[in-house]
Amino acid sequence: MAGDALSSGKPRKSFSSLIYDPQARGIFYQVVTVASVALFVWIITQNTIHNLEKANIASGFGFLQGRAGFDIGQQAIEYTSDSTYGRALLVGLLNTLQVAFFGIITATILGFLVGIARLSHNWLLAKLAQAYVEIFRNIPPLLVIFFWYKGVIAILPQARDSVVLPLGGFLNNRGLFFPKAIWGEGSWMIVAALGVAIAASIVIFKWARARQARTGQQFKSGWTSLGLIILLPAATFLALGAPLTFDYPVAGRFNLSGGTSIGPEFISLYLALSFYTASFIAEIVRGGIKAVPKGQTEAANALGLRANIITRLVVVPQAMRIIIPPLTSQFLNLTKNSSLAVAVGFADIVAVGGTMLNQTGQAVEIVAIWLVIYLSLSLTTALFMNWFNAKMALVER
Amino acid sequence: MANVDFTYVRKEMVAAREAPSNAKGIGHWLKVNLFATPRDIIFSILAIAFLAYILPSIFRFVFIDAVWTGENRTACTTVSQGGALPDGQYGACWAFVTAKFEQFIFGRYPLAERWRPMTVMIAFTLLLIPMLIPKAPFKGWNALALFILLPTVSFFLLTGGFGLPYVETQLWGGLMVTLVLSFFGITVSLPFGILLALGRRSNLPAIKMLCILFIEVVRGIPLITVLFFASVMLPLFLPDGWTFDKLLRALIGVSIFASAYMAEVIRGGLQAMPRGQYEGADSLGLSYWQKTRLVILPQALKLVIPGIVNTFIGLFKDTSLVSIIGMFDLLGIVTLNQSDANWATPVTPVTGYLFAGFVFWIFCFGMSRYSLFMERHLDTGHKH
Repeated sequence: MAGDALSSGKPRKSFSSLIYDPQARGIFYQVVTVASVALFVWIITQNTIHNLEKANIASGFGFLQGRAGFDIGQQAIEYTSDSTYGRALLVGLLNTLQVAFFGIITATILGFLVGIARLSHNWLLAKLAQAYVEIFRNIPPLLVIFFWYKGVIAILPQARDSVVLPLGGFLNNRGLFFPKAIWGEGSWMIVAALGVAIAASIVIFKWARARQARTGQQFKSGWTSLGLIILLPAATFLALGAPLTFDYPVAGRFNLSGGTSIGPEFISLYLALSFYTASFIAEIVRGGIKAVPKGQTEAANALGLRANIITRLVVVPQAMRIIIPPLTSQFLNLTKNSSLAVAVGFADIVAVGGTMLNQTGQAVEIVAIWLVIYLSLSLTTALFMNWFNAKMALVER
Repeated sequence: MANVDFTYVRKEMVAAREAPSNAKGIGHWLKVNLFATPRDIIFSILAIAFLAYILPSIFRFVFIDAVWTGENRTACTTVSQGGALPDGQYGACWAFVTAKFEQFIFGRYPLAERWRPMTVMIAFTLLLIPMLIPKAPFKGWNALALFILLPTVSFFLLTGGFGLPYVETQLWGGLMVTLVLSFFGITVSLPFGILLALGRRSNLPAIKMLCILFIEVVRGIPLITVLFFASVMLPLFLPDGWTFDKLLRALIGVSIFASAYMAEVIRGGLQAMPRGQYEGADSLGLSYWQKTRLVILPQALKLVIPGIVNTFIGLFKDTSLVSIIGMFDLLGIVTLNQSDANWATPVTPVTGYLFAGFVFWIFCFGMSRYSLFMERHLDTGHKH
């Protein structure tokens, strides 16, 4: 009987019992899956090797030593068309990081402002914020990039009649030009003063918190450290005799000379990504704040706390726990969307890789490089945000 | 002593009084909603100033100063630019959109054959509308027609065969390509996403690892690299003499990408299911697939409808990226047509992008509203 087989310690190993054994089945399915995936990979590898040989493309990363031969508009490190492919990739990577960094900061600030505005009691403000979110969330970011690049910046005046901005800046269809700061001798001391001020502020914050826990007395650590961070570098600056001069851009007939500039590609990419991502961040912030139970605010009111203290000490810390995980994925999305740079010719890692791909035909290697770079960027951001999340997480007793 | 009844019961109600005059009407509304506190007053004034600054100029650009009819660029350029408009007039060139409208919809599909995509679009709309109305009958047959029959018929209708002349996909373009890509991506990504999500939650370590690897790698890289991968590496994978159509490569790239995202959304639903549902199904003696199909998925999918629709919206917007790998979807064809010498004016790009943005917006906004509606419709009121 079947029941006997179950109750006795040694089940009979007949073939039919093996078929119905979940463990045996599991192993069978896994073997089949892994084998078919392996077969699939083997077939495409064979085909790829064959196709590469036919096209006379040497595989391997040796091509990175070759001369690039193309120019890059915006470069954070020294680069000419005589530099190697490897250096071109590095310039591209730095450009990606740059646009992602500034984009993330702007999108976060804008997103928080819009998200809080959506919850405002002010009807007009709430509706404006809602309109912003609904418009930008539902339009492809690529379209917004094109809109800025070809629709707005391209029809700005030409260099000879640039829009003159305050503080010696110029705006024309070649981008934004502004004075370049030239730091004189001893300027490193200003940076050092800033570092000292920040370190001192951290110490003050820790001391103030410990004292408040011990005695209940508060200390205006926020204002103190703000003053420290502004005044200490400023005093150093003045003590050194203000070692700062500006190189102003000068309007020429066809272009501006001097100063520094940001190209239209970077501006359009940066604006589009920030505006697009901010609409998502706004929704996350709104959701996070709304998810804090009403009882929390009411209890804080009952304790007699003032409105701004309630926001700062009760609502925001609880809302942040809900906000941070989706915020992380928005940051990652922005970083990945910065690859849209290729559409307007901003030399990010994908655009540089694409140019190299056309020149060398090393498709496998370049796709692998992209894969590694983006995966490590994702991983780094995820690790940092996980650390931050753990710091903010609810400590339960 | 006479029995005096001191009780008093009111027999007639006093008519309700009107609200005090300072607590009703538009003045009260303004006071509560716009000018409640000093801070509100500042914000409201700033907002009104912003609107007063921006709305009239947008309105002038889009309607008053816009050019609605015209044959070529002279209609939309000012005298100093060599056109007919008075200097200083700056408005949208809708004549450009009117002239290129058919291209924006069908791309360079041959004129004589445009009834074919037209038929597909009409059939798609006719099948989609009853599918979207929850009360419409014959859902099963409708789904079969929409997701199996229509794609098969459309394939032959659009590419050719059965006596119809062959139209190569190079000529496809415009909104048609956008819709084909997103419909295909949506239809493929849902089943694949479900399989990947189940695989990721599976007890079988090898299957689990493979699914995690696929999902995380694809989600870690931008779509444009997936599309580059599809367009430059897929041909390398094939044996001699085989080629992939360019559109097919884009379809594969988009589907790979969408499946990974869909898998994560569905995994969220699977994880949100209470353990008791799994255990209950097990105790009824259901097999894995019975359990998944009859108990888990119907509930889990319902939970994540907003996420699924958001993925669809993302996919729809992302199809615009195929213009980078040299295909002419709606965005690509709008960009392409701006360089048409016959229509090149300073306002053509803005006009074209406004039009394309409006079309994308209508579709995405419609989908998000529909998702809100379905969420409310399917909400059975079980709140944990």
